[in-house]
Amino acid sequence: MCASRFAGVFALALPAPLWPRMMQRLRSYAMNKPARGSLLGIEHVEGKEILGLLKLARRMNPLRARPLLRNKRIVLLFYEASTRTRSSFEIAAKTLGAITTLVQASGSSIEKGESLLDTGATLRAVGADAIVLRHPCAGAPHLLAKHLDIPVINAGDGMHEHPSQALLDAFTILKHKKTFKGLQVAIIGDIYHSRVARSACHLLTKFGVKVTLCGPPEFVPEVAATLAPGLRVSRHPEEAVRGADVIMLLRLQKERLAGQKIRLQDYVGHYQLTPSRLKLAKRDAIVMHPGPIIRGLELTGEVADGPQSVILDEVHNGVPTRMAILARALGKTK
Amino acid sequence: MTNAKSKPGSILIKGGHVIDPAAKIDAPMDVLLRDGRVAEIALPNKIRGSADEKFDARGLIVAPGFIDLHVHLREPGQSYKETIATGTAAAAAGGFTSVCTMPNTAPVVDTAEWVAWLRDPERGAVVNVFPIAAATRSSRGATLTDFAALQRAGAVAVTDDGKPILDDEIMRAALRLGAELNLPVVQHAEDTRLTERCSMHEGPTSFRLGLRGMPASAEASVVDRDVTLAQQIRESRLHVAHLSTSDALKAVRRGKRAKARVTCEVTPHHFTLLDEDVGEYNTNFKMNPPLRSSSDREAILVALADGTVDAIATDHAPHATHEKEVEFERAAFGITGLETALALAITKLHRAHKIPLTRIVELFTAGPARVLDLRGRGSLARGNCADVTILDPKKRWTFEAAKSRSLSHNTPFDGWQFTGKVVATIVGGKIVYCAD
Repeated sequence: MCASRFAGVFALALPAPLWPRMMQRLRSYAMNKPARGSLLGIEHVEGKEILGLLKLARRMNPLRARPLLRNKRIVLLFYEASTRTRSSFEIAAKTLGAITTLVQASGSSIEKGESLLDTGATLRAVGADAIVLRHPCAGAPHLLAKHLDIPVINAGDGMHEHPSQALLDAFTILKHKKTFKGLQVAIIGDIYHSRVARSACHLLTKFGVKVTLCGPPEFVPEVAATLAPGLRVSRHPEEAVRGADVIMLLRLQKERLAGQKIRLQDYVGHYQLTPSRLKLAKRDAIVMHPGPIIRGLELTGEVADGPQSVILDEVHNGVPTRMAILARALGKTK
Repeated sequence: MTNAKSKPGSILIKGGHVIDPAAKIDAPMDVLLRDGRVAEIALPNKIRGSADEKFDARGLIVAPGFIDLHVHLREPGQSYKETIATGTAAAAAGGFTSVCTMPNTAPVVDTAEWVAWLRDPERGAVVNVFPIAAATRSSRGATLTDFAALQRAGAVAVTDDGKPILDDEIMRAALRLGAELNLPVVQHAEDTRLTERCSMHEGPTSFRLGLRGMPASAEASVVDRDVTLAQQIRESRLHVAHLSTSDALKAVRRGKRAKARVTCEVTPHHFTLLDEDVGEYNTNFKMNPPLRSSSDREAILVALADGTVDAIATDHAPHATHEKEVEFERAAFGITGLETALALAITKLHRAHKIPLTRIVELFTAGPARVLDLRGRGSLARGNCADVTILDPKKRWTFEAAKSRSLSHNTPFDGWQFTGKVVATIVGGKIVYCAD
C-alpha cells in the first residue's frame, strides 16, 4: 500500500535508462477522457451534479478540520498570478488534511521551457493525486486532463471558464436567495474577456435564471447571447439592473480599454454601479464581484461597502466550495 | 498488376473511363503512355501496337494527373515535420502528380538558388515539384524579390504565404512586376492587424471557448483590395490562396466579371468542416485560415459547383506532435491533407452535394493547370506529360493517420470513412503509387 503510494517518488531516483520506459507509460495516457472527479468547466456539468456539489459545500466547515483527504497530494499548478483562488484552494485542501505543493511558472522548470504536458507528467510522477491548474490559455486544463489519469481542476483558463468561482457564487446566491427559481441576474462589465462571466452564465441558465449581460459592444458583443439559452444583452445598466435580484460586477482592466473606442470616463459614467442605479434593483438585491475590485471604476466605494454588498462573503464561501470540489475530485464525499 | 514501381517505358491503360475536362472527354477510352508523354488516347481497343506494361482500369476513372497548388513540404530547414521525399510520397498516395511548394521555409525560398535546390533530383521527389517563391525578401513585406531570376530558376508564382502582403504599394508593385513576367502573385489574404493572437474563426464557438476570433472580414478586406488592384493593373495575375469566406468569394466574383485575371483555390477542410468542429480544443482543427461558419461553407459549396472556384488545393501543412499537443492558442496552425483531398471531394462534394465527377476532376486538373499556366499538364491530350491519376470513385475505405506517408500525422480526418480512393498515380509515365 505504502510502497505503491510512494512508487512515483522513488522513481525519480531510478537509474537513467529506466526513464524512457516511464515516459512511454505516461504517453500511453494520450487522448483519454479526463479522470473522474475532474472539473474542467461548468458548461458540460449537469444541474443535478452542481446541486450535489453545492449541498456538499454547505456541509464543509472551514473552521473544523476534516481529514477526508489525509495523505492526498494536491498540486496547485499556477501559470498566472492569483490571491483568492490560490489561497482558498490551498486552505480548502489543508483543511481536508491534504498535502499541498505550489508550482508556479516562475522559479520552476516551466521557465526553462518545459511543456504543460511534461510538467503534468512530472507532477504525476512525484505522486500528485490531483492537479489544480490556473493557466492563461483557454483549454489548458482540457489538454492536461486528456493526458493524465488523475483529476484536473480548472482554477481559471484564459478567457474560457472559472468553474470554482461560479460554484462559490452560486453558493453565495443560494445563501441569500434560497432558490434559483425566478431570479433575475445582471452581469455588468467586460464579459468578453471574463472567464468568471462565462462560467456564471452556464451555471445560472441551467437553473432557468434570467441573465442580462450589460456593457459596451467591445466588452459585450452580440454573440455573447449565444453562449447559453436565456441570455440577453443590454447596453443600458438601468435596464439590466431594474428588478434584478443579483448584480454581478466584473473587474475592468484599464489596459483592455487601450485601443478600444470607449474612453475610461465614458465607461465609468455609463456603466459604474452607483447607489442610484442600485436603487433600481429589487430592495433585497445583492451586489457581487469576483474581485479584485477597483473602487471608483466599476463600482463606487459606497456600493462596495454598502449593506447589499456580499463581496467578502463570496471570498469566504470560496473555501467550503473548493473543499467540496476537492473532496469530489478524490472521491471522498462522505 | 504488381505493386512494383515500373521503369519508364510504355504503359497502356485499358478499359477505364477517361474524364479529361480540358479536352472535354468523359467516355470509355484507352490511353497509351510512351517516353513520358501521352502517345495516344482512343476509343476502347483502338490502340494498336504493344506496350511494356498494361494497366487494367476496368471500373476505374482515368484522369489527368492531379495538381495541388498549395503544399508545405517544409524543406529547407524543417525536415522534422516533412521532407520533399516524404511529402511527395504522400502526394502520390493522394493522386497528386504535381505539387506547388510554399516558400515559408527556413530560410525562406527567396532566391533562385533555393528554387533550384528544391527542384534538384537529390531531394528525392516522386512527383513533380513546382516551387512558388517568396514575393518579398524573407517574406518581410518590404522589398520585392527578383521575380525574373526566380522564374528562370523554375518558380511558377510568387507569394508571401502565411505573411500576407498588406502594404498597398508593395502589392501593387508585385502585381505590376508579375504582369510583366506573366507570373501570378498568390496572396494569403488575412489582415493580420485584425487577427493578432487569434486562433480560430470569430463566432459563437470562439466566444464559448474563450478564444480570440479572426473575423471573416479580415480575409474579405484583403481580397477586396487585391481584386481592385488586379483590375487596375493590366495583365496582372492574382491568385487567392485557400479562400474561406463568403465575402471573399464576392470579391473574386467581382474581379472575374470585370475580366480581371483573378483565380482562387479552396481547401477540402473548408468545404467539409465548420468552426464548431473544433470541439474541446482539438488542435488538429486549428489552421489558418480557420474553419468558418456554416454560411461560409455553403457559399464555398455553391462556388465550387458554379465555377467561381478554380482549384481544390490542400494547404498540406505538416507539424510534429510536440507542436500540436500543446495549449490550443500555442499550437501550430495547419493540418496535413494530401492523402484525404480526393476522398473528401468525392464523399462531400460528389455524393453529398451532387457535384458531377467531371467538375471535381476539373478542380484537381485543368483548373489548377490554368491558374499557374502549367503547360502540358492538367489534360491527357496527345503529347502532354504522362501524368495520370487512376481512381475508384466507389471504393469505401477508412483513413488511418498512423499509416500516412507524411512524416506528420496532424489531421482531423483520422478514422474517417470515405468513398472514393486513388488506385494508381503515374508521373512522367512511371507508376509512383499503386494501392494494395
